[in-house]
Amino acid sequence: MAGNLVEVRNLVKEFPVKGGLLQRQIGKVEAVADVDLDIRHGETIGLVGESGCGKTTLGRMLVRLLEPTSGTIRFDGQDVTHIHGKDLRPFRRRVQIIFQDPYGSLDPRGQVGDTIAEGLKLHGVSDKDERHQRVVEMLELVGLKEAHVGRYPHEFSGGQRQRIGIARALILKPDLVVADEPVSALDVSVQAQVLNLLKEIQQELSLTLLFVAHNLAVVEHISDRIAVMYLGRIVELTDRDTLYRNPLHPYTQALLSAIPVPDPDRPRNRTILQGEIPSPINPPSGCHFHPRCPIARKDLCDVEPPSLMDAPGGVEHQAACWLRAGDRAVATG
Amino acid sequence: MTVSRKKAIELLENEAGDITRLFEKPTGQWRLALRRFRGRRSGMTGLFIVVGLILVALFAPIIAPYEPNEILIGVEDVTRRDPPCIHLLGCPEETPQHIMGLDGNVRDVFSRIVYGSRVSLTLGFFTVTLALVVGSTIGAISGYAGGWLDNILMRIMDVILGFPSLLLAIAIVAVLGPGLRNALLAIAIVTLPGYARVMRAQVLAIKENDYVTASRALGSSTRSILLKRIIPNSLTPLVVLATLGVATAILEAAGLSFLGLGAQPPAAEWGSMLARERNQVFTSPHLVFFPGIAIMLTVLGFNLMGDGMRDALDPTLNR
Repeated sequence: MAGNLVEVRNLVKEFPVKGGLLQRQIGKVEAVADVDLDIRHGETIGLVGESGCGKTTLGRMLVRLLEPTSGTIRFDGQDVTHIHGKDLRPFRRRVQIIFQDPYGSLDPRGQVGDTIAEGLKLHGVSDKDERHQRVVEMLELVGLKEAHVGRYPHEFSGGQRQRIGIARALILKPDLVVADEPVSALDVSVQAQVLNLLKEIQQELSLTLLFVAHNLAVVEHISDRIAVMYLGRIVELTDRDTLYRNPLHPYTQALLSAIPVPDPDRPRNRTILQGEIPSPINPPSGCHFHPRCPIARKDLCDVEPPSLMDAPGGVEHQAACWLRAGDRAVATG
Repeated sequence: MTVSRKKAIELLENEAGDITRLFEKPTGQWRLALRRFRGRRSGMTGLFIVVGLILVALFAPIIAPYEPNEILIGVEDVTRRDPPCIHLLGCPEETPQHIMGLDGNVRDVFSRIVYGSRVSLTLGFFTVTLALVVGSTIGAISGYAGGWLDNILMRIMDVILGFPSLLLAIAIVAVLGPGLRNALLAIAIVTLPGYARVMRAQVLAIKENDYVTASRALGSSTRSILLKRIIPNSLTPLVVLATLGVATAILEAAGLSFLGLGAQPPAAEWGSMLARERNQVFTSPHLVFFPGIAIMLTVLGFNLMGDGMRDALDPTLNR
């Protein structure tokens, strides 16, 4: 299937900052600032960035758990940016989310079977036997057993709970699944299991997956394309191999150089960023990255904010950097 | 190397645990709590006392040798405020047996205390139920809605909390008029903010959980999220608070009755029994001693049970 399942244009999410005696709004945080993103049918797109860069906010807006401040989200051709109530229901069936924390995402008082069946109940599968059968199918798909239906979440390990969370998200056979750091809270040994499971299921059910993570190694394993976020903006977007082979944005380069290599003798060429991630309440002028950027040029990067521009070379590769992409780009190094 | 070996062992153990578990019955939160509760001596003591009291209240006509308001002068050869007479302990056989003595109106104190348990328990139960239902509804609405509604409701609760509880109860009874039912109402109003606040705090904490968000993402309505996800998970501390609340309610009711604002004579109520005979502390101590003991024992029972339940339901003790 060709074409885009999701088209995001100029998406902005601001959170008010309240303070003072009367809790008046004294400022705002631009968690997501002017993001454009297309997600194609059947692909897995990785979304990486450090804590607080807005990747979770973006993910939650896509499943409409948060309402965008401005911009549009089109899902399968339909504008879903501000739909509510009854109009939202068919959308809910088609878009699901997997959460980061396997402990907080399951109701401790609900039996696993009921938790997974909730979606079926809400979307019109009223026959109890049919629900049970589909729950069992789904449990087996994620590597659990029928005997687990009547158990409670506290009887499971973190990895098993995450499988339950995946089963809950997939029972409605959604078209788009936003996985919000689904493996960050798990042991490394279990991470691989859950990742492989997600990959298998994604192929089997031809899901479209938005995979949010802060770990580039994890994203590399699962994604077709990768979007890198910094301070509310997407700074680089391309397919996986291009990104790892030829990162353009200095921020992406720094991120990639931070991946540990399991070889103590190999010399490491680390780009160490200076300074802290700036406050999104008061972001830097121009390119948000310029105060930490090793190649920033005065009077350009600190004045004009760059948008995603095509990189030279013809491959599908975009970066938000004046010096590395777009018409004014100088030769890449 | 050592780390990975430890991991491997851990994984194996998990698998093994999983296999043996397949043959066990699933254990819900309440069942686990019950199991923990049984292991706690203080909680079981409290439960024992409370169950005993309930049995006494239920079978009062069988246990009590006399009617609670039966005046025995002229019926038996007795006088006012006769001290306890127990045949087993050497009281002469020809005097009639009154194990807790007789009061100022020549009524059998033991029978009155037995019947008094009915008054105290029903009052404690209804007060707490009323306060729990109204209070937690206010708290749940307040916590889930937030904003100005939350502000208004919570400021009202703050106003109630601003008064010393017994003083406010007295004021309410003064407006409504004395009597057991009005005392019940007054105590319920006074204890309302506690339940509202605990419920609000619970809802505030629980509504941020991912499983609530997951329900929303699946398309649940606000009402069903509140009723099926948030409230069932908020109940634990409220159950504890309610159990302890029964003790407080009984104590306050006894206090109001002591002041003449609760149960009206000739009703057999422990607090008013105390009040009527308080001047005879030195001449006939049994008349204040036994009602006092009854109040103390009841309050102790509910407090111990509440403590035991708190320990058993405490989520931090969940393995």
